[in-house]
Amino acid sequence: MAYKTIVEDNIDILVAGAGLGGTGAAWEARYWGQDKKIVIAEKANIDRSGAVAQGLYAINCYMGTRFGENNPEDHVRYARMDLMGMVREDLLFDMARHVDSAVHQFEEWGMPIMRNPKTGSYLREGRWQIMIHGESYKPMVAEAAKKSADKVYNRICVTHLLMDDSKENRVAGAVGFNVRTGDYHVFKSKTVIVGAGGASNMFKPRSVGEGAGRVWYAPWSSGSAYGLMIQAGAKMTQMENRIVLARFKDGYGPVGAYFLHLKTYTQNCNGEEYESKWFPALTEMVGKEYLDTEGQHLSHKPIPTCLRNHAFISEVNAGRGPIHMVTMEAFQDPHLEEIGWHNFLGMTVGQAVLWAATDVNPKYENPELTTSEPYVMGSHATGCGAWCSGPEDLSPEEYFWGYNRMTTVEGLFGAGDAVGGTPHAFSSGSFTEGRLAAKAACKYIDDGKAAGIRVSDEQIARRKAEIYKPMEHYKIYRNEIVAGSVNPNYINPRQGLDRLQKMMDEYCGGVTVNYMTNDKLLHIGLKKMKVMEEDLEKIAAENIHELLRAWELKHRHLTAEAVFHHTLFRKETRWPGYYYRGDAMKLDDENWHVLTVSRRDPKTGEYTMEKAPLYHIVEEK
Amino acid sequence: MPTFVYMTRCDGCGHCVDICPSDIMHIDTTLRRAYNIEPNMCWECYSCVKACPHHAIDVRGYADFAPLGHSVRVIRDEEKGVIAWRIKSRNGETDLNLLAPITTKPWGKEIPQLADVAAPSKEMRDSQLLYNEPKYVRMDDGDLHTLESNGLKMKAGVYY
Repeated sequence: MAYKTIVEDNIDILVAGAGLGGTGAAWEARYWGQDKKIVIAEKANIDRSGAVAQGLYAINCYMGTRFGENNPEDHVRYARMDLMGMVREDLLFDMARHVDSAVHQFEEWGMPIMRNPKTGSYLREGRWQIMIHGESYKPMVAEAAKKSADKVYNRICVTHLLMDDSKENRVAGAVGFNVRTGDYHVFKSKTVIVGAGGASNMFKPRSVGEGAGRVWYAPWSSGSAYGLMIQAGAKMTQMENRIVLARFKDGYGPVGAYFLHLKTYTQNCNGEEYESKWFPALTEMVGKEYLDTEGQHLSHKPIPTCLRNHAFISEVNAGRGPIHMVTMEAFQDPHLEEIGWHNFLGMTVGQAVLWAATDVNPKYENPELTTSEPYVMGSHATGCGAWCSGPEDLSPEEYFWGYNRMTTVEGLFGAGDAVGGTPHAFSSGSFTEGRLAAKAACKYIDDGKAAGIRVSDEQIARRKAEIYKPMEHYKIYRNEIVAGSVNPNYINPRQGLDRLQKMMDEYCGGVTVNYMTNDKLLHIGLKKMKVMEEDLEKIAAENIHELLRAWELKHRHLTAEAVFHHTLFRKETRWPGYYYRGDAMKLDDENWHVLTVSRRDPKTGEYTMEKAPLYHIVEEK
Repeated sequence: MPTFVYMTRCDGCGHCVDICPSDIMHIDTTLRRAYNIEPNMCWECYSCVKACPHHAIDVRGYADFAPLGHSVRVIRDEEKGVIAWRIKSRNGETDLNLLAPITTKPWGKEIPQLADVAAPSKEMRDSQLLYNEPKYVRMDDGDLHTLESNGLKMKAGVYY
């Protein structure tokens, strides 16, 4: 094939994927490495890429230490509670103690952050959330990244990390292709910070047809953060911890501002409060430490997201759906009504489109809610991602190997969705993690850890052949058939995605099986995943755009396999409302008060699973 | 839709192709105008709608759940620092004009060039601080939070 090979050599810091995590990394790297070569490789255009492409109406992680509101340890307690105990407290504390400085910078750069007119502090939506006019959040952080980076390569789909040929388990850059020109790009770099995204569209969506694009997390979030790192042999953690969202039906518009700021609430089809009646049985399942409904008023502990989902799902299954969001009271106030609409326009325009199309006026009717298909990511109310080192002043021995946010592959760092065990980072926390990773990556280079990296021509040529194989495959077999998409020798990326989604849905606890799985189902699923791996070798791409979809699918498949293995390993139901292990319906603290850690051997594809200890750094209050 | 493009307004400039996060706005090679090649991978994020200099791109709600006859239009103005929306419902009863700021300062001017600021000292490199911290964290003279400063102690890890 006549695609050129373009080599960018002598890079110090390569940022693979520049959403909020990647832009934070590129920006900060310039400060610690003023003479270093910083390069960004991004699948889309960094002005509008990643999960924040269309903007945000709130920054969901802000301590407000400056206004005397919260300390980092308060946030650790909150995130730990919400994730049923399963978090990396060192990483969380570290993110939380720095996150405010990112937000203050954003305000200096021109982000419109709303203020409380009485106190002068930022306008709170909830304890952790502040309200912003964030339509231009992404273009703004992209400006910052562009100021710091030597070069920004837009429209490069990074497919693989390069590995050092002189030292085992050390990263040496990345490769990919340009989705416009088709050219092969080689980035030789001393360190790589993976800022790529989590995974939408991995489980069969509720929507059929066009609406498959209106997923909760961006459809371009293809699990590449995980796909890249798993392929390189990095250890992963908490990959079973997929998330299900209770959102406005079909449009998946956000509910945070509605609950917290507009003070709307939910009820069943009979207009009744329904959550509390499910709590006694739920307390039986998870134990009093995690859901203490009697003491709740005294402890002021928020009810974990998954448990509220559980009540929602149970009520619908009991025949009292749909669940409504009661907006009719709040929307009588014209100011709050305007905020309700702005909230969508600022971050989920599709929900406004849907309400306009279906004549929903929340002033006169209470809109329907639903629970979404599951998503695999690490920056919202869930913590999938790579097993990373923490900072030296906070982390116990098991969590520390020299460089903050470095994975178990030397020189390979993560930020945002890529880092495991750090839920509730959201946009600001992901940006902060990028900054932390950048500082550590500069130190890694300055310490001489990246000396003597060698990338063989063989590796570069091998990856090139691998990348374009779907197009070669298409060329060879296309003319065996007259026309159409049915071919005995290949499947196209869409067909592959449909298969993956159906498999995840039916065997790994998707929406059509009410988020239920068990040991038997998972084993069948894993077997089918292996067969699918063989078929992915026969995936065909008609053009460069399909080649992009083919590689996104391969990354999603790698992510999905990790989710299967982790779900199988953790033999308990830790997060009812996210998923259920039908053969172990209780939370089992005796055996599973641990973090799950996996590694896929890059040579054999075999998985090994282990338990890692939980360190509770922050005391209960 | 997913997005769609009005034939008479599009001049094939490619701004939408350049910005689309999902790589689905492409130029039709015969008509030399843009169109959405993969509606079920469209997030309705409006990036292309905002970027189109001719307002040639619009959105028609997803066919599997959104009836026809609605409109959500937008104009984004970086110079003025505002974004203006108009929402019209299918039955015409909702007709909202909404305006929001997108920046409080001239575009991109307030972001410092970190290559030109004073280089971090060795002491700063060895600390846990990031650029401009601790000032930026607290806006006072306080230092960064540590386990010690916050009265926290590391306990043994548990597998129970």
